[in-house]
Amino acid sequence: MRPFSYQRVDSVSAAVQAGRIDANGHLDAPVQFLAGGTTLLDLMKLDVMRPQRIVDINPLETSLSDIAVESGDVRLGALARMSDVADHPAIRKDFPVIAQSLKLAASAQLRNMASLGGNVLQRTRCTYFRDVSWASCNKRIPGSGCAALEGVNRKHAVLGTSENCIATYPGDFAQALLALDATVDIAGVQGDRTIAFRDLHVKPGETPHVETTLLPGEIITAFRIAGEPWMKRSLYLKIRDRESYEFAIASAAVALDLQDGIVRQVRIAIGGMATVPWRSEEAEAVLTGKPLDEERARQAAQAAFAAARGRGENAFKPELGRETLVRALLEAATLEF
Amino acid sequence: MTISESQVGPISEGGMFGKPVPRIDGRLKVTGAACYPSDTPMEDTAHAYLVTSAIARGKIKAFHLEDAKAVDGVLDILTWENMKGKVRSVRFFAGGGYASSTIMPMSSSKIWHAGQIIAVVIAESFEAAREAAYKVGVDYAVNKPKAGFDESRPQPRPMTNPLTRSDPATGDAEKAFAAAPVKIEAYYSTPTQHHNAIELFSTTCVWSGDQLTIYEPSQYVHGLKNGVARQLGIKPDKVRIISPFVGGGFGGKAALTARTAFIALAAQRLNRPVKLVATRKQAYTVSNFRAETQHLIKLGAESNGQLTSLSHEGWEVSSRPDEYKVAGTETTAVLYACPNIATRVNVIHADRSTPGFMRSPAEVPYIFAIESAMDELAVALHMDPVELRRINDTQINPITDAPYSSRALMTCYDTAAKAFGWASRNPVPGSMTDGDWLIGWGCATSCYPTNVAPAEAKVTLAPNGSVRVQSAGHDIGTGAYTALAITAAEFLGVPLERVSVELGDSTLPPAPVAGGSNATASICNAVADACKELRHRLVTAAVASNGPMHGLDRDMITFSDGQLRAPDGQSETLMAASARLGFGPIEAHAKYMPEIASKTIKLVGNAMLGKGLPIMASGTSAGDHIQYAFGAEFVEVRVHRRTREIRAPRIVGAFAAGRIISPTTARSQLMGGLIWGISAALHEATEMDHRFARYVNDDLAEYMVPVNADIQDVEVIFVPEDDTKVNALGIKGLGELGNVGTNAAVANAVYHATGQRIRDLPIRLENLL
Repeated sequence: MRPFSYQRVDSVSAAVQAGRIDANGHLDAPVQFLAGGTTLLDLMKLDVMRPQRIVDINPLETSLSDIAVESGDVRLGALARMSDVADHPAIRKDFPVIAQSLKLAASAQLRNMASLGGNVLQRTRCTYFRDVSWASCNKRIPGSGCAALEGVNRKHAVLGTSENCIATYPGDFAQALLALDATVDIAGVQGDRTIAFRDLHVKPGETPHVETTLLPGEIITAFRIAGEPWMKRSLYLKIRDRESYEFAIASAAVALDLQDGIVRQVRIAIGGMATVPWRSEEAEAVLTGKPLDEERARQAAQAAFAAARGRGENAFKPELGRETLVRALLEAATLEF
Repeated sequence: MTISESQVGPISEGGMFGKPVPRIDGRLKVTGAACYPSDTPMEDTAHAYLVTSAIARGKIKAFHLEDAKAVDGVLDILTWENMKGKVRSVRFFAGGGYASSTIMPMSSSKIWHAGQIIAVVIAESFEAAREAAYKVGVDYAVNKPKAGFDESRPQPRPMTNPLTRSDPATGDAEKAFAAAPVKIEAYYSTPTQHHNAIELFSTTCVWSGDQLTIYEPSQYVHGLKNGVARQLGIKPDKVRIISPFVGGGFGGKAALTARTAFIALAAQRLNRPVKLVATRKQAYTVSNFRAETQHLIKLGAESNGQLTSLSHEGWEVSSRPDEYKVAGTETTAVLYACPNIATRVNVIHADRSTPGFMRSPAEVPYIFAIESAMDELAVALHMDPVELRRINDTQINPITDAPYSSRALMTCYDTAAKAFGWASRNPVPGSMTDGDWLIGWGCATSCYPTNVAPAEAKVTLAPNGSVRVQSAGHDIGTGAYTALAITAAEFLGVPLERVSVELGDSTLPPAPVAGGSNATASICNAVADACKELRHRLVTAAVASNGPMHGLDRDMITFSDGQLRAPDGQSETLMAASARLGFGPIEAHAKYMPEIASKTIKLVGNAMLGKGLPIMASGTSAGDHIQYAFGAEFVEVRVHRRTREIRAPRIVGAFAAGRIISPTTARSQLMGGLIWGISAALHEATEMDHRFARYVNDDLAEYMVPVNADIQDVEVIFVPEDDTKVNALGIKGLGELGNVGTNAAVANAVYHATGQRIRDLPIRLENLL
């Protein structure tokens, strides 16, 4: 870790002013916001992130950590801790996909520390990114190449990749937000704005070091979900190499509006497989208006991974992704409440 | 009653052997009071941080140290340019010397492997040292490295005349294989693995004049002391190693690593204490690891299951300069009755650090191969795998005809099978299910040679009746403190809480490396001998003309409840008895020589022990017999029928390992072994980017091990076994017994669940899609 200056702020506007700097990619900016610190401090110790100034936004916790479920709608403050949201009775009952995606992530200790806003911005686990002694990583050093393309890439992405980066987006909660069509409240120098959660992350393309559409100084203040009764029929299925404390090798967030065996609406997000939180409208289209059975679920899964591309060690992932989605859809269909 | 060497059953009157008591150092450990070497409080300590090579093969062209030196608090930077010629070479541990590798970092600009130490930054704080280390610039001349095996499956080589090679062999395995009605021929492989002990590799060096004290976690303090003295060109008696607690060794802390001498030199240059705690990532290359292996097994059998041919060829990866051989064929060749056996071990060299011992070094990969093949043979024969082992069980070494001192393998199988419920297994793969989960049951043999080493111990009876046991042995989490306390309490008839034990200090009487599962057998026998000497002196005084038991038969005097007792009811406290022997404590210093030691070991063993050289009598050739501990392991796995995750919720192991001194810690050892076995079968592999010969998952986040949620029912059963041929106390080491058979048992269970035979570890879901 390198020396840095530390600043606490007690208002959103002060935070935004403190974070207002010029940088190529927001996440590599010389000023970084500190919330739970579970990603930032880790990457600073590894010398991957080298901010000059840390702006601690934890004093904003009183105003930014609310968990509100009113008239079926949800507002989750960006500084709410993962564990508090995962344990919230109304969230567990009416939006199980949220509670499950949080509960199945990380460890109890990390969930107690990590904030929702930080969680959706957590950075990839790609070794070539996390270890600075590797010379090639376009995310860390733009233009240096991608060592993972032909390297050890079992856990790397098969969806949304480019020739510049195949690093997997590692989170779980983001898939739940996608599957519930969440929106994100953002505060910034130019004022507040709200965007669809699906517009927050950007695929690596030519610029893997740019990971979100956030502008310098902007912070996430809340996530909102326009709730529907059928969102009770939602789940997060996480497939991983061990039973706990491990990132998804494949996951699916499914929210299903099923009436008399017919799919009225379905929203599908896929994790562990893509460079960004991944919504599959292709799979949704296969199912909408149709009866849900194994055959149909398989067709949806085929559609979801039609564009998937494995390289070397991760060549198995499209098949695992399909099986994961089939299982998630069929399990969602049999949920009773 | 005297202590009879051949006695079976209770060995003394203390009643402590086999009694389950809590770990005597447990309270210190759970309260954080146990002082591990890097915890030692010290004034004015400077902190070291290692810089390691980012390339695997080549040279350092130049260092750029300006930015690093400019960091506030930096005191010194060691590189090859100022260290060249400062450290003398010592011989390779596996070749009878001290060093875990003969690669000498910072002796020149040469790079032998990725992660090699290329600089040491010393600063006022850990943080400053780390920051400066990140700022050390290095220009390399890079050569393309060789990372490991050249091909996915190596070509078998002819196993010609068994007489001209040291590889175990008998008969004509090739001919018998050709003629066998039922055959199995398959390749198996195991990956690179690392110990990943929770306690990191630390070294703290303090000079006081010409006296060097080193606080470093060690499985062999006498080896470390003598090795580092030789490297620095100073007398061994000027070096003291202090390592009272070791937070996991597993073979990684057995031999001298390069870091120690550099920290000693840094402390000398600065004339103040210097502490290094290498990072988790650096732990992958500053010590050794388990080499990756490949195996070709050929089994031939009659249709009744009797083996007619067994051949086992192994390939292993080592570093360029060191010929480290895992070589488990010594064990796989003698596991079953078979008239025709051929073995061979091949080592290939690559641009890697030198591999070495890792819990059950030889047995783990080699038994995985043979026990997987045995399961395949049982399937081919339509035979229960337990029955196949029974048909081929042997009480003699099939090559030399030397008997096993004892071998309760089939009792272990029957005991574990019953506890597991094996009788209700449907042998058809995929036939047992629970909802969407396929259930598989598998089993395998575990075994480990009963090695015993020369060892010394001092036992002191204080005037207040308390007992102190001292030996430069090691408790690497194994329970050695407890087992040695139990032994003294047993023989001196004192309550356990009256016994204290000191270990892990090179000023104590020398003891062997905590490796090869020899420590309990070796040091308990030394402690017993010292206690017997004390008993002799106390009894002699008690029955002497001025003693309270004058005239009584000395053989009738017993020791219990802190008293000497005569058959007529007369008694005297140890306190009183010791006072009659004179003022102050009375002590006995025993030098134990294993009963099975060869003539050579008997001749030079004690001297070698004193010099910290590896010396051990091997269970694989114990004079007129061979001696092994055995076990049978049964595992249940569950595989999801769609997404193929593999979980292992249930494991049962039954083990026969002679006399169990401390059942609580012994059970813990075996349980840890079983869990590690599940881990190795399903999770563990140090993955390498072969283009660069560099590890990519070298931290605990990415190197997969099971978490609590993965491990559910673990049952350990002790099968009683009396065997005083192995050593006077009848102890068979079991520290490395637990995880030997588990890999194969898991793989065999996966086959039963899915019908898919996975021969390459670890078994992951993509293997079953």
